[in-house]
Amino acid sequence: MAELSDRLLFVTVLLYALAMLAFAGAAAGSRSKVVTGAAGRPARVLVGSGAPVDERAPAPAVRSGGATRAGRVGIALTGLGWVVHVASVVTRGVAADRVPWGNMYEFSSCAALTAVTAFLVLLHRRRVDATVGAFVMVPVTLYLGLAGTVLYTEAGPLVPALNSYWIKIHVAAAVAASGAFLLSGVVALLYLLRDRYDTMVARGRTPAFPLSLGRSLPPAPSLDRAAYAVIAFAFPVWTFAIIAGAIWAEAAWGRYWGWDPKETWSFITWVLYACYLHARATAGWKGRKSAWVAVAAAAALIIDYYVVNIFVVGLHSYA
Amino acid sequence: MTALQHETAQQARVDADAERLSTAPQPAPPPARGQRAHPFRQAWRQLTSMRTALLLLFLLALASVPGGFIPQRSLNPVEVQKYVTDHPSLAPVLDALSLFDVFAAPWFAAIYLLLFISLVGCLVPRIRLHARALRTKPPQLPRSLARLPASDRWETDAEPAEALAAARTVLKRWRTVERPGGVSAEKGYLRESGNLLFHVSLVVLLVGIALGALYGFKATVLVKDGDGFANTVLAYDDINPGRRFSPDRLEPFDLTLREFKATYAEDGKALTFDAHVEWSAGPGEPRQDYDIRVNHPLAVGDAKVYLIGHGYAPRVVVRDRAGNELRQTVPCLPQDAKFVSSCTIKVPNALNADGSPDQLGFEGVFTPTTAQDPQTGRVTSVFPAADNPALTVVGFRGDLGLDVGETQSVYSLDKTDLTQIDAPPQGLRPGDTWQLPGGGSLTYESTAEWATFQVTQDPGKGLALVASCGMVLGLLLSLFVRRRRVWVRVTGPAGGTAAAGPTVIHAGSAPAPTGGTLIEVGGLARTDHEAFATEFAALTGRLREAAGSRPVASTPAGPAPARSEHPTGATAGG
Repeated sequence: MAELSDRLLFVTVLLYALAMLAFAGAAAGSRSKVVTGAAGRPARVLVGSGAPVDERAPAPAVRSGGATRAGRVGIALTGLGWVVHVASVVTRGVAADRVPWGNMYEFSSCAALTAVTAFLVLLHRRRVDATVGAFVMVPVTLYLGLAGTVLYTEAGPLVPALNSYWIKIHVAAAVAASGAFLLSGVVALLYLLRDRYDTMVARGRTPAFPLSLGRSLPPAPSLDRAAYAVIAFAFPVWTFAIIAGAIWAEAAWGRYWGWDPKETWSFITWVLYACYLHARATAGWKGRKSAWVAVAAAAALIIDYYVVNIFVVGLHSYA
Repeated sequence: MTALQHETAQQARVDADAERLSTAPQPAPPPARGQRAHPFRQAWRQLTSMRTALLLLFLLALASVPGGFIPQRSLNPVEVQKYVTDHPSLAPVLDALSLFDVFAAPWFAAIYLLLFISLVGCLVPRIRLHARALRTKPPQLPRSLARLPASDRWETDAEPAEALAAARTVLKRWRTVERPGGVSAEKGYLRESGNLLFHVSLVVLLVGIALGALYGFKATVLVKDGDGFANTVLAYDDINPGRRFSPDRLEPFDLTLREFKATYAEDGKALTFDAHVEWSAGPGEPRQDYDIRVNHPLAVGDAKVYLIGHGYAPRVVVRDRAGNELRQTVPCLPQDAKFVSSCTIKVPNALNADGSPDQLGFEGVFTPTTAQDPQTGRVTSVFPAADNPALTVVGFRGDLGLDVGETQSVYSLDKTDLTQIDAPPQGLRPGDTWQLPGGGSLTYESTAEWATFQVTQDPGKGLALVASCGMVLGLLLSLFVRRRRVWVRVTGPAGGTAAAGPTVIHAGSAPAPTGGTLIEVGGLARTDHEAFATEFAALTGRLREAAGSRPVASTPAGPAPARSEHPTGATAGG
């Protein structure tokens, strides 16, 4: 069963990689259409660097760049990959006879699954379109590939410290929030890219690569709102994950909070996302600056996950 | 001011009121010229501004970063000591900046205290405003409903009064009020309630943490198989009481470790740890059995006993030159995952044959599953369980240095006045005896285990938990409830409005062109305009059904495209 799970993960990575190529094709195909769409916008973009997005302007609906054939293929491949991915996670759980998020490898796989799920939800709700796909699937594929090779661990029982029903609650919430946060980080970066592209076009300059990639992306306000929607979902989940972790820590280690490196970085991540939510409501911080905060918060999350787990010794060193 | 001007100004105020859908603080108007605000008031305004709160939040995140990278005394004093040794020039600087105690540092406290003052300063007026908003009826109809982000209009044959009644039925689950010209409705007050709940919970959480830090205590004790301890300050190896902790708050329990047992998987990974204990809640209370495991502490009243560590303790017998048998169970400190452990045996009461002191000391390595390292040839352990235990020791004679008065670690020998016994390291199996050159002997009898327990008492815990639940609930409400308003204006065939009160002709609404009753609906949401557009369409659809509509040649488009997103109300100042 464990072997089946590994094979399924391999197929997943393959499908995601193919989806990535299809999405790249979709982005390339949608350029000519989008340029005309962008041409009408520069005046608004210039209104002031502090408030790059006019809050009251009608939101440009996301054009269906995904309507191109390549985009549809990409979405179909991602959906198929998602199904295989779910199967891989489930068989892993059956093989180990426990929840399939007991070590770093499994955690990565589940976090990638949430990120893809969140991406599919965004697509379904038309918050983003297929032109974003390549930018999402590249990190997802890399992340999964890294998990399957460097972090790979044989399916096995849990160390005693993890043997608690809290692992179902605390880690599941952490996984769900992490996947969504990572996706929001990508979308925030895309927002910055698109915004930069628009600014340059408005100044009459021709953006060079990689800024020229911004041309195929959905309009900046859509990306801004998509990032917010994902973070608004993930933030309460993350908060809950930390609280569930504190309750577990109280039972396992005798204190609910002790500034263990993992706890410290989870706290930093939490505070930075709180900053993002506040920044988005503060004059002079909307748009570009809050997007940078979202990127910084995602970076803190990555440190919390990779650096703390691998290089820092703490109570969370299991994997 | 003419009557017309007056009316226009009033209408402008109504329109502004209608669109203000938040109790979030508005930026304060700049003080009038020549009239400077009191410096204290100005500083207060600065501190409680959103910008300052945001800055303090950033600082809080930034200030925590060193705590995530530099070893912390509260967590790992050994690691800190190592860091100090490895970085002799950098460490004193870091220490002076409290970077080894980040979370107890004055500058860290300054940041979060300022943040919480700013938060409270922001919360109090907002709570007042929200309480008022909860009692306030939805505002007057704005002049032109068509100007709102979502709007719709149609005609019906129904009487204005009927149309109005239909509107109230459709808006049943909204807070509605009849206003001149129609109905005003509002929904989603829970958004701000949730927002305030979240931030108040944060303050309560801080109080809970403070209570725990002031009145709680934490202590650890090492207990060997068969030994026990009573919950008194003296029993502990290490105690960490809160500033206002008093020993008479200690639960009067006592506990004996019957047996510690660990099981391991084939690859040496630990599977279970189990400390079988016998305990009693106080003198005269019945003795009970309990298994303290990881994730399964023993709760006695307010206190909890946790299993936090374990190791091996060989039982040894030392015979001195005088022939006395001195028994000891020696806790050894594990050095690696296979439980290679370092042991120190001190025998201060050993005597010469003539009765003069002849103190003995031994240093050794305990290996639970003994093997020889093929490369170095040294004794090592290949499995954490005691399958093939051995104790490898060297011995010392002389003065252990215990009488000097200075406290000495039980886990190391002070060798200044000790001479090594001239013999190679002795590998002892259970039952083996080493006859010391020059007299006396050391026997390794059998292997016991030890466990370390942590006892904690945290009176702020419950409050912190309640506050945490409040935080999650508040967050969910403030992020997912949408605050929105809808107005329905009903204009009769003659241009008169349906509602009671004076008939007003509204600038924005011409009487129905075909002589029917004109229904106009307008709506406004502060967040998630897509969702609102859908809700608005459903609402007008139901109203059309309830109030009727008749085909009109010039029906304006349905709901206008939603506007781009507004700042979230989820994020109060603070």
